Amino acid sequence: MKKLSARRRHPLAAVVVLLLALVGTGGAYAALAPASKAQADETSQSLTIEEGKKLYSVGCASCHGTGGQGSSDGPSLVGVGAAAVDFQVGTGRMPAATSQGPQVVKKKNIYTQAQIDQLAAYVASLGAGPQVPTKDQYGPDGADIAKGGELFRTNCAQCHNFVGAGGALTKGKFAPSLEGVDPKHMYEAMQTGPQNMPSFPDTTLTEKNKKDIIGYLNAVNSSNTENPGGLNLGGLGPVSEGLFAWIFGLGALIAVAVWVAARTAKAKKS
Amino acid sequence: MSSQDIPEENLPAEQDHAHAHTAVSVADEKDPFSDPGLPPHEHRIQDIDERAAKRSERVVAMLFTVSMLATVGFIASYVTIPKDKSIFVFPIGHISALNFALGLTLGAALFCIGAGAVHWARTLMSDVEVADERHAISAPPEVKAKVLADFKQGAKESALGRRKLIRNTMFGALTLVPLSGVVLLRDLGPLPGTSLRHTAWSKGKLLVNMNTNEPLRPSDVAVGSLTFAKPEGVEESQEDFQNVMAKAALMIIRLQPDNIKDKRELEWSHEGIVAYSKICTHVGCPISLYEQQTHHVLCPCHQSTFDLSDGARVIFGPAGHALPQLRIGVSEEGYLQALGDFEEPVGPAFWERG
Amino acid sequence: MSTSENSQSRERGKAPAGERVADWADGRLGIYSLAKSNMRKIFPDHWSFMLGEVCMYSFIIIILTGVYLTLFFHPSMNEVAYHGSYVPLQGQLMSEAFNSTLHISFDVRGGLLIRQIHHWAALIFLAGMFVHMMRVFFTGAFRKPREINWLFGFLLFVLGMFTGFTGYSLPDDLLSGTGVRFTEGAILSMPIVGTYISYFLFGGEFPGHDFVARFYSIHILLLPGIMLGLMVGHLILVFYHKHTQFAGPGKSEKNVVGMPLLPVYMAKAGGFFFLVFGVIAAIAATTQINPIWAMGPYRPDQVSTGAQPDWYMGFAEGLIRYMPGWEVNFWGHTLVLGVFIPLVLFGLVLGAIAVYPFIESWVTGDKSEHHILDRPRNAPTRTGFGVAWVTVYMVGLVGGGNDLIATHFHLSINDVTWFVRIFFFAGPVIAFVVTKRICLGLQRRDREKVLHGRETGIIKRLPHGEFIEVHEPLSQEQLHTLTAHHQYEPAQVGPAVDENGVERKIKGSEKLRAKLSNAYYGEDNQIPKPTVEEYKEITSGHGHH
Repeated sequence: MKKLSARRRHPLAAVVVLLLALVGTGGAYAALAPASKAQADETSQSLTIEEGKKLYSVGCASCHGTGGQGSSDGPSLVGVGAAAVDFQVGTGRMPAATSQGPQVVKKKNIYTQAQIDQLAAYVASLGAGPQVPTKDQYGPDGADIAKGGELFRTNCAQCHNFVGAGGALTKGKFAPSLEGVDPKHMYEAMQTGPQNMPSFPDTTLTEKNKKDIIGYLNAVNSSNTENPGGLNLGGLGPVSEGLFAWIFGLGALIAVAVWVAARTAKAKKS
Repeated sequence: MSSQDIPEENLPAEQDHAHAHTAVSVADEKDPFSDPGLPPHEHRIQDIDERAAKRSERVVAMLFTVSMLATVGFIASYVTIPKDKSIFVFPIGHISALNFALGLTLGAALFCIGAGAVHWARTLMSDVEVADERHAISAPPEVKAKVLADFKQGAKESALGRRKLIRNTMFGALTLVPLSGVVLLRDLGPLPGTSLRHTAWSKGKLLVNMNTNEPLRPSDVAVGSLTFAKPEGVEESQEDFQNVMAKAALMIIRLQPDNIKDKRELEWSHEGIVAYSKICTHVGCPISLYEQQTHHVLCPCHQSTFDLSDGARVIFGPAGHALPQLRIGVSEEGYLQALGDFEEPVGPAFWERG
Repeated sequence: MSTSENSQSRERGKAPAGERVADWADGRLGIYSLAKSNMRKIFPDHWSFMLGEVCMYSFIIIILTGVYLTLFFHPSMNEVAYHGSYVPLQGQLMSEAFNSTLHISFDVRGGLLIRQIHHWAALIFLAGMFVHMMRVFFTGAFRKPREINWLFGFLLFVLGMFTGFTGYSLPDDLLSGTGVRFTEGAILSMPIVGTYISYFLFGGEFPGHDFVARFYSIHILLLPGIMLGLMVGHLILVFYHKHTQFAGPGKSEKNVVGMPLLPVYMAKAGGFFFLVFGVIAAIAATTQINPIWAMGPYRPDQVSTGAQPDWYMGFAEGLIRYMPGWEVNFWGHTLVLGVFIPLVLFGLVLGAIAVYPFIESWVTGDKSEHHILDRPRNAPTRTGFGVAWVTVYMVGLVGGGNDLIATHFHLSINDVTWFVRIFFFAGPVIAFVVTKRICLGLQRRDREKVLHGRETGIIKRLPHGEFIEVHEPLSQEQLHTLTAHHQYEPAQVGPAVDENGVERKIKGSEKLRAKLSNAYYGEDNQIPKPTVEEYKEITSGHGHH
């Protein structure tokens, strides 16, 4: 909040506001576009699905089945929605290696966003599911950070830790760190509940709730987050603090004690 | 070595040398392991070179001066740096400028005093090792005898051993008197009674979503989702909110009914929606690390693991019994409601739990 | 300058001002007699003898900063809405305790620094006490006449743990509240009295509105008061017994060799206080500790993963985590063994190290005073026991951090827990055996060194072609240092028949003592130190093999 108001007087602020306004109107126009336009959209939509299907049969079908019905190697994708695809492929979790550990982890994404959109469109066509959220849904602007904090502690911190540093689950599974995760992916993860994460659908965690949570995380766990007291030691709490106290605290004091108690250099015997 | 330019107060006393050397030659031939006595004192550079001593003096004075400057810096930081100013310090990150400046100046001011004093002691004060005799701790026999005699005399004069009535009543009185203090502790808290067995849930109470503060409908709860609920009518602003939630916190999930292995769990569920106490049966942490594919829920405090598809039975960790399930149904308006309180006490086990 | 002043005051027939003040005090306090034995008191120089000072100074730092914190902290659990300067908590309901801790951290200039110094100093205080205690243990400094001081120190460690625990519970944040909830669960597990104690402690049901205020008076008054008394007693005894020292030339059981309190130790020890304070202040300036604003206010229905106590409670946390969930129900009652056994074990493990000095003195039957420290290798059984104890403690710490170990080393938390469960039993045994063997090996090496001298690394060719390594004989100082330790004979069970042929009943304790004594000092349990005869024989025989 404070930062925002401070930057309001920046010379480029007007430009930014103008751009935002343009993007906003564009988005609004696209969303509210009249029906005649939808006709044209439908054809391009079916083209997209067609493209997506091609990508799907190359990258996904071996595990999820040719029609997304699932197999012993991968769950059914019917009804998971575009948001699930955008999350899984966008964070590089999918396609997964055939032999994997306790859970599929984030890795480098090999698809372009356009390809992901095509894949998502195809999977969405298999059965209705959550849509990919728009920027004004997941963007931190307008979020109630304090409410987001409370929601985060109620719904998320038990697995992802106070500030989203991540934590352990059973049998080698874990809740990943949320640092540097794209807000869009956070939103999608809450919507769709990837892997062992439960979902938090809009019916129980509203769109505004999700925005608040993202706003809170943006405030407490981003590269600009202030840790007033200094080095935050990974945000892991007393374990890392204890290790630090032993190694650097007591360690430094013992080094000092060695100096205090050591004999002073003697003059060389001639 | 030349002792001409050694300052007088730094010269070791001569007898120390003598003392150190005498022991050496005494037992040498007979017992090669015998104590050769303190080795002779060797001078430091500062003892024999006045310039080195001056250098040390300057270092000490410099350290004390740095300390003074650091204190000035501390006060200056306190006065000038706004408390909400944030700076970026590599590699620490964005931190409070005030905390950083105050801490470093205070640290420097203190450390330099210490370093100065120690450097002074190490380089300029005498470093001759001195031996101090130890004295026996136990008293000599005559002292012991005197004390014992005195004690006997005193005991005899008190006649404590002879006048048994006095002795016994005195011990009785002294034993009883602390009881008043113990009794006074009674009002520290109420007696437990059966309060650990009940929660704020009762028949007909709606399940209210913690996030939205709205009652939940069955259609709100999707398979694989996780929702937390409180009893209707409980608000955070209420005085007893914390106490109520410490027992009533609820975790709601939805399973495919054919995935539910436990018969009672199925009976107490509504269309696969099951409600379990969020309070771990081990020591009471709000357990809620729900894995939607395995249906396991893990406690973040001590890793007790429960299988929510099988009556929340314990499958790992230190918890001793399953999570209590709340029997739920649907109200006339179509909201999820409790069909009664938990049938067993929630949270950690206790002696009277049974 | 000062000399001229002195002479001036002499001229007026008066002693210098300082002396007059001292005279005044002596007339009332007897300070001259006190100073006579203490002013030039000798302290030996060794870095490990300063560990106790680290503890004392961090304790003083904690008291100083703690008093400052009480000026701003409100030990109250009344609910208030937050309106301070930390944005992500604006408008949130929280206890006044949490609110005032945020106030200290964000709105009192320097408040955060003092809070961080206070907390870092507490962690270092406990770590320092642990290491100090281990130094005393492994060098045998707890032997007569210092057993009582050992107990004082032990009590300080235990009380320090609980003072720390009550302290970090005060801000009423989500992490510490979770710890308090654990405490409630642990108390409830106590048979018969558990529920009552819990209701009395919390003023009713958990969390209630009382525990912060109650913990506050325990944290700032009751426990530190007792600790201060114990610490003063600890120091008085250190002065009274005079410090121990390592064996070396000129050092004996009858003396103490070192530097005098005035001036050297006055400067060194006094300076060390500032050094400790300076280091801790620098840590507090650069490293964040217990960021309660990130954890949020306590709510019994919320939690974060990685819920651990401060390190000194980690051992208890570990015991609780790796204990299987045993619960026995009978006659309408529940015995919560899964929680109660760790609670008892916690006391037993700590108690084991506390009573060790008395067990050892019973086994040795030694009634004499010991002021020369043992090298750990020269007491293999004690050292083995100590390392086994530390192993149990460390296994507890590992168990207490099992989730973070799992995530950071990509392990399964279940595997880590199982490893810890097995290692709780196997670890100390392995540690004992390995340590004892290492000690015996080192004793053998010392023996070799005494008899054959130091290996110089110089290879010499003898006239007949053989290569040998030149061994340099040790100096008398070194010979003395390596042979100064006392070696006990194993105690024997007396004869089963007395001289008249009448059978005597041998008490079980006597047998046990003989067995233990043999385990300590029997044939394979210590290496006989070289005798003068052996040494002479070898040195006269030109000393090479």
